[in-house]
This record gives sequence, C-alpha cells and structure tokens, in this order.
Amino acid sequence: MHVFILGCVILVLSGAAAVLLGRSRVAPWLAALGAWAGCGAAAIPVITALAGQNVEPLQIAWSMPGGSLSFGLDGLSAFFCLPILLVSPLAALYGCEYLAREKKPLGSILFFFNALAASMLLLMAARNGLLFLVVWEIMAISSFFLVIFDGEHAHVREAGWTYLIATHIGTAALLVFFALLGRQAGSLDFEATAAAKLAPAMASVLFALAVVGFGSKAGFFPLHVWLPEAHPAAPSHVSALMSGVMIKTGIYGLLRALTMLGTPLAAWGWTLVIIGLVSGVLGVAFALAQHDLKCLLAYHSVENIGIIALGIGAGLLGLSWNQPAMVVLGFGGGILHVLNHAVFKSLLFLGAGTVVHSTHTRDIDHLGGLFKSMRWTGVTFLVASAAISGLPPFNGFVSEFLIYLAGFSGVRAGVAETVVLAIVVTGGLAIIGGLAAACFAKAFGTVFLGEPRSDHATQAHEVGAVMRWPMATLAAICLGIGLLAPLAVRTVLPAVQIVAGTDIAALGTSSALAIQVLSGTGWVSLSLLLLAAGLFFIRRRLPRGQEQTVTGTWDCGYARPTARMQYTASSFAQPLTDLFRFILRTRRQSDQVQGFFPKGATFGTETPDAAREWLFVPLFRTIDRVVAPIRRMQHGRVHEYLLYIAIVLVLLLIWKAGGRP
Amino acid sequence: MTVLHWVLPLTAWALAPLMLGIINRVKAVFAGRRGQPLLQLYYDLFKLVQKGSVYSRSTSLVIRIAPSAALACTAICVTLVPWGGLRAPVAFAGDIIVLAYLLGLARFATVLAALDTGSAFEGMGASREVQFAALAEPSFFLGMLVLVLRAGTVGLSDVMSGLSTATGPTSSILLVLVACSWFVLLLTENSRIPIDDPNTHLELTMIHEVMVLDYSGPDFAYILYGASLKLWVFAALVVNLIVPLRSVPPWGQIPLFLLGMGVVTVLVGVVESILARLRLQQVPKVLIGSATLSVIALIVELME
Repeated sequence: MHVFILGCVILVLSGAAAVLLGRSRVAPWLAALGAWAGCGAAAIPVITALAGQNVEPLQIAWSMPGGSLSFGLDGLSAFFCLPILLVSPLAALYGCEYLAREKKPLGSILFFFNALAASMLLLMAARNGLLFLVVWEIMAISSFFLVIFDGEHAHVREAGWTYLIATHIGTAALLVFFALLGRQAGSLDFEATAAAKLAPAMASVLFALAVVGFGSKAGFFPLHVWLPEAHPAAPSHVSALMSGVMIKTGIYGLLRALTMLGTPLAAWGWTLVIIGLVSGVLGVAFALAQHDLKCLLAYHSVENIGIIALGIGAGLLGLSWNQPAMVVLGFGGGILHVLNHAVFKSLLFLGAGTVVHSTHTRDIDHLGGLFKSMRWTGVTFLVASAAISGLPPFNGFVSEFLIYLAGFSGVRAGVAETVVLAIVVTGGLAIIGGLAAACFAKAFGTVFLGEPRSDHATQAHEVGAVMRWPMATLAAICLGIGLLAPLAVRTVLPAVQIVAGTDIAALGTSSALAIQVLSGTGWVSLSLLLLAAGLFFIRRRLPRGQEQTVTGTWDCGYARPTARMQYTASSFAQPLTDLFRFILRTRRQSDQVQGFFPKGATFGTETPDAAREWLFVPLFRTIDRVVAPIRRMQHGRVHEYLLYIAIVLVLLLIWKAGGRP
Repeated sequence: MTVLHWVLPLTAWALAPLMLGIINRVKAVFAGRRGQPLLQLYYDLFKLVQKGSVYSRSTSLVIRIAPSAALACTAICVTLVPWGGLRAPVAFAGDIIVLAYLLGLARFATVLAALDTGSAFEGMGASREVQFAALAEPSFFLGMLVLVLRAGTVGLSDVMSGLSTATGPTSSILLVLVACSWFVLLLTENSRIPIDDPNTHLELTMIHEVMVLDYSGPDFAYILYGASLKLWVFAALVVNLIVPLRSVPPWGQIPLFLLGMGVVTVLVGVVESILARLRLQQVPKVLIGSATLSVIALIVELME
C-alpha cells in the first residue's frame, strides 16, 4: 500500500514541479514522466490485488473528527484502478504534443491533470467516508480547473460553471449519504459501515442518495447535463481522461455504496435498469443529432453509462431473485464495460483531438476525407468506432455480450418479471447497439471518408508520433480484450464477488460458464480476423486481382459532382432523429430558395439538451424566484449584520439554557 | 463436433447462391417470362472473380477491405446455424447474439464503404440501411427470447433441438408467430420487396443495392456471395421454426431441411411477385409490427 501512496505522491509532485518550470518546453514532458512513474508505481499493488493476493491496508491517525486516513485495495478498487493507470499516462504523453502549440502558460493544466489522476487513484483506495469525500472534492476541483483551461471563451466558462454546480449537487447528496450512514454505523470507516445493520426503508433512502450523488458524476440521465458541455470545452486529452475514466468513479462509488447497504431490494435493481435504459437510448439519440464531434462523443458516454447501469441493475435483480448466472453476467458485464468504455472512449477523444488539432474545427459537416491524409488516426478511430458500437472482434462486444446473456439467462417460464427484464435488457441493448452503430457510421463516415467538405478538411495532416502512439496502444487494447475475453472476465470476477457479497464458490458454476462462453466468442473473433485476412489475400491473388482502374464515383450519369453534394452527417442521421423528435425537439432555421433569381439558401439545425431546457432551467428559475425575498437580508450594511449575529446568539442562548431548571 | 456437423455449413456455402436463382425463377413465372437460368448467380460470380476492379478517386482503404470483412462475417454466421436436431459446428450459450452482431459488423463495413465513395446516393442508401437495421435488431432478439423461454436454454443449437411441437397446441402458435416475425426480418435484412426492391432502376429509391453501386470485379463477387449467405442464414432460422425437423431421424433431416429452404425461397419469390414496394415512411411500421408479433408470442407464453 505504501507503494500505491508513493505513486500518487509522485504524480502530484511531478505536477507541482511542472508548474515551477513555468513556460519551459520541458514542463509537459516532466509531468508526463511523472504520470508514467506514478502510475507505474501504483500499478504494482494493483496487479498484486488483481492476482488475488492480499495488499496490506494502511491506516494513519487523522485528527479530523470521524475521519481516518485508511487506505486499502480489494478486487473492486483494483479493477477500477486499471482504467486510471492505463489512460492517464497515455493521455499525458499525448498532451505533450497536443499542448505544444499552446501560447498560454501550461502550469495549471499539467498540475491539475496529474492531481486528477492521483485523486482518482486515492479515491479507489479510500476506506473512510470523510477521506472519500475529501478526495472526491479534490477530484472535482482539479477537473473543474482542467475544463476551464480555455477560460478566455465565454462558452468554456459557462461549461465549467455548469460542471461545478452539477458536481456539487452530487456532493451534497453524498454528504447526506455518508452522514446518515455514519450515524447508523457509528463510524465512517468502510469496515464499520459495511457491517451496519440497516432497516430496509433507511437502506432505500441511502440507495436513492447514492444514485443521485454518484449518478451526477457518472452521467445518469437527466443528471448528465454537464457532460455535453464540459467534455467539448476541455482540451481533448483531458476529455479523454474525464469521459473515459473520471465519470467511472461515479459507478465505483455506486458499487461501493451497494456493498454497504445490505441485501438489495428488487426495486433498486429495477431503478438502475430503467435509468440504464433511459440513459442508453436517449444518450445515443441525442448523440445522433449532434454536429460537434466532441459533443457527440460526450453523449455517447451517457449511452455507455446507461449500458453499465443496465448490467448492474440486472446483477442486482439476479441477487434478489437468487439467480447466480444473472449476478455474474450482469455485474461482470457492467464492470467490464467500465474498462472497455474507458479504453475506446479515451481513444475516440484522443482521435477527435487529433482531428481538431489538425483541422481546427469540431463541426463534423465541415470535415471529410481525412482517412487519406491521417491514416493512423483514421484506423484507430475506426477500431474505436467499431468497439463502441459493440461489434466483434473488439472489446465493446465482450461486455455487451455478457449483459445480453444476463438478460437471456434470467428468463424463467411463468415468471413475468424475469421476462419483462429480459425484454428491457435485450431489446434495449439491441436498439442502443443499432443506434450506436448508426451514429458512428455517421461520425466516422462523415469525418474520415468521402471528399473534404471544406478547407479545414483539405489542410488536414497526420500528427506526430507522440500523439499517434497512445492512440495505437489503446486500439491494440481494444482488440486484445476482444480476443482474450476469458482472461478479461477473470480479472472482473473478484470485483463481482465483492459487489455480490457472496463468496466465489456460490457463483462458481456461473463464472465457469461465463469464461467458457467467452472463449467461444474469442474463437469466433479470431477466426473472423483470420478469415477476413484470408479472403483479402485470396482476392489479391486472383488472376486480375491487383488490376485497378481509377475513375470518378458513379453519380448516375451526372457529370460534375462536387464535394458539397455528398450526404452530410445531418442528412445521414435525419431518419433516425425523426423517430426521436418527440424528445430531441431539434430546432431548424432555414432560408428557402425564393424567387426567380435566388440569392442562396441556408439550413441549420440545433438540438439543445432536453434535460437542461425542460428540467433544470425551469427548476433553477423557480428556485431563484422563491428565494429572491431572502436576498433583501443581504444588503452590505455591516451594523445590521452584527445585529443578526447578536439575535442568533441570544436565541441560541435561550434555546440551550431555557430547557434547564 | 463431428464431420457431419461441417456438412451443414459446407452445404450452405455451396447452395446459397442457388436461392437467388430460385427467387428470380419464381418471379419470372409469375410475370409470364422464362427468366434467367437457375445458376445465374454462379455464372456471375465466376465471371466477376476473373475481372479487374474499378475504384473511385474518392475512395480509401475502407472500400477495398469492406467486401472481405463483410463476407467473412456472413460466412461465419453460417457456421452458427443449426438444422433442427443437428447441432451447428460452432455452438455455445448466446451464439445468437454473436450471429446478430456479426451481421451488424458486415453492415457496418458495407455502410462505411458506401460513405467512402462520397456519393449522395450511396449515403442515402447507407442512412436507410442503418435506420432499418436499428429497428430490426430488437425484433430479432425478442423472437429469440420467446424461443429461449420455450426451450429453457440459451444457445441457438440447444434451443432449436429443444423446441418440440409435441408439448401442446400453443407451442406451434408461438413458433409460427416468431417465424412470421423473422420472415419480415428476412425480407428487410436481405432488401427484398416490400421493404426494398433489388431490381429497381432508380438509385433514389433503393436501399441495399444503391450502397453497392461502386463495387466491381472480385469485390462485387464477394458482396453478392455474402448477400446470398445472409439470405441463407435468415431462411435457415425460419425453416428451423416451421418445418418439423425434430420429428424425423437425423438422416432424414438434411433433405427435409433443404426442402424447407426451397419452400421459404419460393415464398420470398411469391411475396416479391404479388406485393408492391412500400413507401419508405411505412417501413418502420412494418418492423415495429414484426416486433409486436414476438411480444404477442411472449404474452401467450406467459399466460400459459
């Protein structure tokens, strides 16, 4: 455990050293080196814990009432450390080149990036409620400063502001959560809280608080409002870390909370399943309507969090229905999807960053044809697109497959609720998967394929090796997890065991089944790769297989096609966004072609976030109106403030002294 | 796994192109024409693999790889499909999910290749293809859910050999409902009338055919062969449901299965001959209707 803490210290110190170096060009490299060293050190105990060995917990006395500096690593924490340890160093390295053109001093972004990584690691190891909250806040604040790095733009400041409010609404719920839990258990140490006996009503209240508190960080619909604003506003490697990894701390928190709440009720499982379905379907529906590449990716995080919630919900229902197969497959799929999503989503954000770096635009409809000028970025983005659409042979398929199987394996003849769950899980995942594939066909197709749609796209060029290699590494991991699926699921099993609260023997047959089934998908994936390669090889060796004539695209006899006649992203997605227009409420502005000598026409669409427009804006406006009268008390006249203090003190005195004889 | 199991995919790989010949012959008979030879697709494939290729200036590596990737997906799908009591050579719990996602990958590859050409028509076809696929997939899984519930197992081979018409009258009703639902999917996924018209001459109205406008030579051969394999996979699933394969001894199952495939193929031809193509806006309703059939089957199953 000391090594783990040492890793976090290295992260923070290297970040601080980078601040001291100021504008020097060495600073980003020093911070990245620190990230590699810190994560490398922290990886040692994490791997030990994942291998099933015990990592000595660490306990230091702390003068804070109720708090103790206790750290520990179990299977659950260790598994959630994996994405952090994987993505932070790669993203930090990527940042070295990404930030090279930046004119601003880089101190803040370098320091807070490393601080964010360190705080996430510490969060996983924290074993005390108060410590957890403190680290949670450090994490929130560091990420806030990362979001507002480009704070000279008004929209970035606004995004930071939204994020700050959203995260603190979550923290408020968590404060209440830990306060209530600590009162029931008599201590805030996780050992005590896990052993606390809770009445079902109390446990349900705590569960609701945990869903709100952790869900606002994870991005459950409708608490996701900060994601589509903050992720596009932050620099791309920061978005990769935040969207790929940081939002998963919400999932970790929720799972950790579940270990403390005793036997789960079926209602909790249903809650998560419904949240998952709504987040998944609406996340991808909103993603389809976006033109901003990074905003699209941010909505896909909402979708994937939905998939994770579906898995966890199915696992919880498995626990309350006593179905070990559902427990293993649901929790296993959900938790594995955390790692998978971290890998492909950070890869997608890095890819989007490369596109922005090279073309200076995030608007999908201004891009096109980048595959020819940016081969590396194109291939890695393609891999990640297939992976996030849940397609074999990549990693996204493995975890979605497990969740599907959880849905199927729960059905029992004559029990209606199991069938309803199966309909929701399999039907929901199917529609989410289909829409995600459509959305990434749109994103990849419009950005990388066809002809350039603007000068931005024509001037695109491939980036340097420092940005390419992190992406290539992540793409290789996407494929690796897809092919070595049984191995991947083995690392998840200890975490499943902790969340399920039963020992592995009870889950043994189901775990063996999951591993056996995944070796089936692994073989299919491998033979798919080999067969595709074989067919391509045969195709090249055909008598005239290498003979190529190059000509224009067939445009039905039309002689002068231009790049502007290509199908755009908006038109590609239009049939699907039309299906969801009841919630998307896309606004269209258009100048129609009019008269005999038309001057030109324009068309634009914009899809504002429904939860923001219809829920939070009216809500906060109402709150503002209700509390407005109280503002009259705050007017800046110091002598009246003194009067308030005096009145309060007198009242307190009367209250405390009045009861005594 | 024995050699006998590999007879199934080998037959499929060999006979799949024949199905399109049968469909065209049925349509010709209905129209009072003599029609093309039954083996026309074999001749076409043989001709195409001997040709060179023409590529558009706009295209990249994607369109060159897509045919191989798509064909690999459908070829593997064939190995996952059982014939009644005969197990597929590749069978494990949840293989139906793999099958659906392999078809999804094949679609992803062809859609991207269509966008690679930069043609407005192919973009339009790609857009419609992904829309209908997104609606078709839930229907496919809902149908599978009925079978899983009925058979009590999750693997496709186990389900198909576990289904039995002997357990009561509702069983056959359920199977027919699911078979109807999957038959609509067959028409959708293989771009047949009334969803799509493979013979249309107007690019604006096509879905699948417009996406393959820019293929030539061996690439086009791969695409055509892959499409016939896909038709085989869906037809085989329907045959598994409606033909009482399990009540005959194993040696009789293969001829009976092939007979069933012939019947389904003729049925596709008949549907194509007597129906008109639907307007595009109507297609989602058909797909949602097909999903409803499976949901009805689920309700019937639960009420029993």
